[in-house]
Amino acid sequence: MTALPMPVLTAEQAAHGLTRSAPRADLAQGADLVQSIDWAAVAPPAVVAVAALFVLVAELFLAERHKGLLGVCSAAALALAGLTLVPLVGEDRATFCLTSGTHACSYVADTFTLTVQLLVLGGAFVTALLSMTVVRRDRLPAGEFWFLLLSSAAGAALLPAARDLATLVVALEVASLPAFALVGLRRGERLSSEAALKFFLSSVVATAVMLLGVSFVYAATGSMHLSTVAEALPGTDSRLSTLAATGVALTMVGFAFKTAAAPFHFWVPDTYVGAPVPVAAYLSVIGKAAGFSGLILVAVRAFPSYADAWGPALAVLAALTMSVGNLGALRQRTDRAHGAVRLLAWSSVGQAGYLLVPLAAAGYADEPDRAVGTTLAYALMYAVVNLGAFAVVAAVRPSGADGRLDDFRGLARTRPVAAAALAFFLLCLAGLPPGVVGLFAKVAVFQSAVDAGLGWLAVVMALNVVVALVYYLTWTALLFRPAADQGRTAEPLPARPRLSAPLTATLALTGALALATSGAPQLVLRFTTAALF
Amino acid sequence: MIPLDDTVLQALLIAVVALPLLGAAAALLPAPPGLRGRSPEQAVLRHGVTVTGAVLALAVLLALGFDHDRPGTMQAETNVDWIPALGVRLHLGTDGVSLPLLVLTALLSFLCALYSYAKPPPGPGPKGLVALLLLLECGTLATFAVLDLVLFFLAFETVLVPMYFLIARWGGAGRGPAAWKFVLYTLLGSVVLLLGLLVLGLNAGTFDMVRLAQAHGSGLGHTTQVIAALAIGIGLAVKAPMWPLHSWLPDAHTAAPTVGSVLLAGVLLKMGTYGFVRILLPGVPDGAHTFAPYLAAFAVAGILYGSLACLALARRGAKGDLKRLIAYSSVGHMGFVLLGIATLTRTGVNGALYANLAHGLITGLLFFLVGAVKDRTGTGDLDALAGTTGGALYGRAPRLGGLLAFGAVASLGLPGLAGFWGELLALLGAYHPAPGLSRPAFLVFLALGALGTLLTAAYLLQVVRRVCMGDPAEVRPAALATVPDVRAHEFAAWTPLVVLTLVAGLWPGALLGLMEPAVQNLLPGVAR
Repeated sequence: MTALPMPVLTAEQAAHGLTRSAPRADLAQGADLVQSIDWAAVAPPAVVAVAALFVLVAELFLAERHKGLLGVCSAAALALAGLTLVPLVGEDRATFCLTSGTHACSYVADTFTLTVQLLVLGGAFVTALLSMTVVRRDRLPAGEFWFLLLSSAAGAALLPAARDLATLVVALEVASLPAFALVGLRRGERLSSEAALKFFLSSVVATAVMLLGVSFVYAATGSMHLSTVAEALPGTDSRLSTLAATGVALTMVGFAFKTAAAPFHFWVPDTYVGAPVPVAAYLSVIGKAAGFSGLILVAVRAFPSYADAWGPALAVLAALTMSVGNLGALRQRTDRAHGAVRLLAWSSVGQAGYLLVPLAAAGYADEPDRAVGTTLAYALMYAVVNLGAFAVVAAVRPSGADGRLDDFRGLARTRPVAAAALAFFLLCLAGLPPGVVGLFAKVAVFQSAVDAGLGWLAVVMALNVVVALVYYLTWTALLFRPAADQGRTAEPLPARPRLSAPLTATLALTGALALATSGAPQLVLRFTTAALF
Repeated sequence: MIPLDDTVLQALLIAVVALPLLGAAAALLPAPPGLRGRSPEQAVLRHGVTVTGAVLALAVLLALGFDHDRPGTMQAETNVDWIPALGVRLHLGTDGVSLPLLVLTALLSFLCALYSYAKPPPGPGPKGLVALLLLLECGTLATFAVLDLVLFFLAFETVLVPMYFLIARWGGAGRGPAAWKFVLYTLLGSVVLLLGLLVLGLNAGTFDMVRLAQAHGSGLGHTTQVIAALAIGIGLAVKAPMWPLHSWLPDAHTAAPTVGSVLLAGVLLKMGTYGFVRILLPGVPDGAHTFAPYLAAFAVAGILYGSLACLALARRGAKGDLKRLIAYSSVGHMGFVLLGIATLTRTGVNGALYANLAHGLITGLLFFLVGAVKDRTGTGDLDALAGTTGGALYGRAPRLGGLLAFGAVASLGLPGLAGFWGELLALLGAYHPAPGLSRPAFLVFLALGALGTLLTAAYLLQVVRRVCMGDPAEVRPAALATVPDVRAHEFAAWTPLVVLTLVAGLWPGALLGLMEPAVQNLLPGVAR
């Protein structure tokens, strides 16, 4: 299931060659079927995939006390994969192209692809740093954990580059199947396996729906390539138009499901709580990014002719998602077990709503690139600060405690740096200064909505921002309140274990990034004006 | 007055805005050797005084270097790209409208830091207090100095978090709910404000306030202007505050520590009215014209409501809190400011800006005084303070009583003190509103506003009678038995305010000469 995506791609290409309108002609020029692969372009997902296999095998030969090396190795592989992005910048490479006809390509490394890959690989790198301590502390099976994490990251990195429906579906599955196992990795914990099952069932339903939609689209247009589908859809035979419309709707629903947009969000809180904290962080950032890049690709690249249908639909979905997520987060009591992760889970649903806004606006705009870029910019901001918040949760959670919000009371006194970092991340998520980058990302989202004439959506979002402030600020205020049991200030501070090096590195990395982008928001907002495709 | 190079002025303005931010960050770090002082607490409080003092010195230098021959033009301008993707530029500058507000903010922040140095408010350590005060100062100074809509919004939002924590952590009874009410109301206002600013900026094609003012609404359709004016107006009206969006204010003031109240009344409320003058009037003149009568009506309702609420609080047996009373009086005073703005005349807007500054000085002073009374007696309850015959501050603490009486008569607008000119000009503006506005309606507003000044006089004199007069020999509960008179640090913090109130009352020409040309630029083509 978690096989390398590469062979799938080539098989896919061969299949395409045969489905073309004149297959015999293609076969006659047999030499053309052998294509050269641009290995540099496919390096980012490929490096990660190879590393995944390497880690799985290497685990068998490592003594128990050296298992920590696997984590280092995985993080290094992710960093290396990130470095392979550098030569691709500004190149607009494409590979796995048809050798005749439309010359459509299945793998394109344009600005959009590279940005999402940067987000995915960077996010996975931070997750890896975060996991090193947790894997050891919670005695998770190391080989399996790192293999699954890297496989999922490989799928998520492949996804934004995919330019045909089959590769998209395969990449999405490569990204999500290992994630089920990651969620259920805490052996012998009822909550963990229940979460994995919930996640699995809902995700499989989404995949089934999406596959049905994809097959309908294929039947109506005769092509899998996004660009060809986009050209063929407006001119479909009138007898097939219902089929095409159903296909479009089902495909989009499938992807919406993956982004955990309401009403398909119910699995999120339980899954995040049941999973190990780094895995929850991973799902909230990389899982979402994968879903969103898929949604962007099918909506903007394959179905632009249906923009007048999916534009309003996504707008409603966005309004619903942010309201449901924020109200859910608002309901969290501070004394509930796993309150912190649960709150972040609901907040991630709410944030997904904001991410959908520019996408909905893209349905109204003549030039959807700018709107898509706004989603990317917001996603980058969200990735940094959300991973940071999860890092603090993972860092301060004493082993055995159940992570209530009340446990964060008085953190400013016991761990001032972690408390300041968490406060900063939360204010970024809320979009209030000093979290400047969060504020400007929201301004960009508002701008896309106002630009598209979606005034009502902007107002709904404005209300949601206020609602969201309540719980973000409650949590922030809690950090600075004296803890209930340390009423006497003369009492010496309880001894606390030092933060492990990887956790410190995670906090420093996310904190520095959030600070840097707050000082120069252009770093992330440049994508709102960049040419993406 | 002092000829300064333009680059120097530029650097001064940037330093005025940036220094408090750096100071806030530095306050959180441990003190370097040599600056440790007697204790970490004392060191950080002294750091606050040093930084705000430096900012004040720079602001005064900026005011002196400002070319007073052409106060209508933007000076000390800096204009560099910050976020090209959103079209946001770091555009700073000051003219006759914003310069006095900058100096006022720097002054009040310095006085608050000085006051906290001598008497830190009870609560968690002073480290956070100083950092928050400096962050607050940075946000307010930036609000008055920036010339870009998005930047204005950023600065406008910056004050929320520090003010929330100031109230919630260092406040008095009922601080938790009051802080929430403050932050939710103002945030709700500011997201609406953001939508309005975006509608304005995107349709006009620029976020630059100077260019928007020059365009004066040309190129914007009537509907766009109305939508933008409504959204921006609501956002600013929450902050100002305009009746009926004021209800966060009394709670916040009552619960806030003294320095919080002083800054809230003295500086934060001005951000709302400043936005009206700087953005709404020149940016969307059509929209402003459409809503001016409603704004005036709400403003007058605020004047009457504020003074009636104060009268009710000042009654015997009403158990009125002094801080709450001053807060309600702020609603009334800001009503005059809004009325002046709503006339859309130069007279009215000048009056509004004057009343704005006067309110900052006088109400700042009053909150200091009331805070001092509350600190000494442990209660702000007017009935408890007054006892059976009256508080008798004249007899028991003559200087404190005298200052309180001075603040009260300044607040009621006695000629010769700062409060007089602003209200007079605002009412004068209403006598001849801008062409196109219904004169009869504004005459009614004028009459009601004048009635408001009478009511204001009534309750303030009532307060003076009940707190300052009375029998010093009356037997009182232990907590109220002795009231120490004004202390040295209090003199230091209050004297500048008293002096400036007198100066602004006796020499209005100095300020009006500064503001008038700038207002003329913001309201082109208006005769009066």
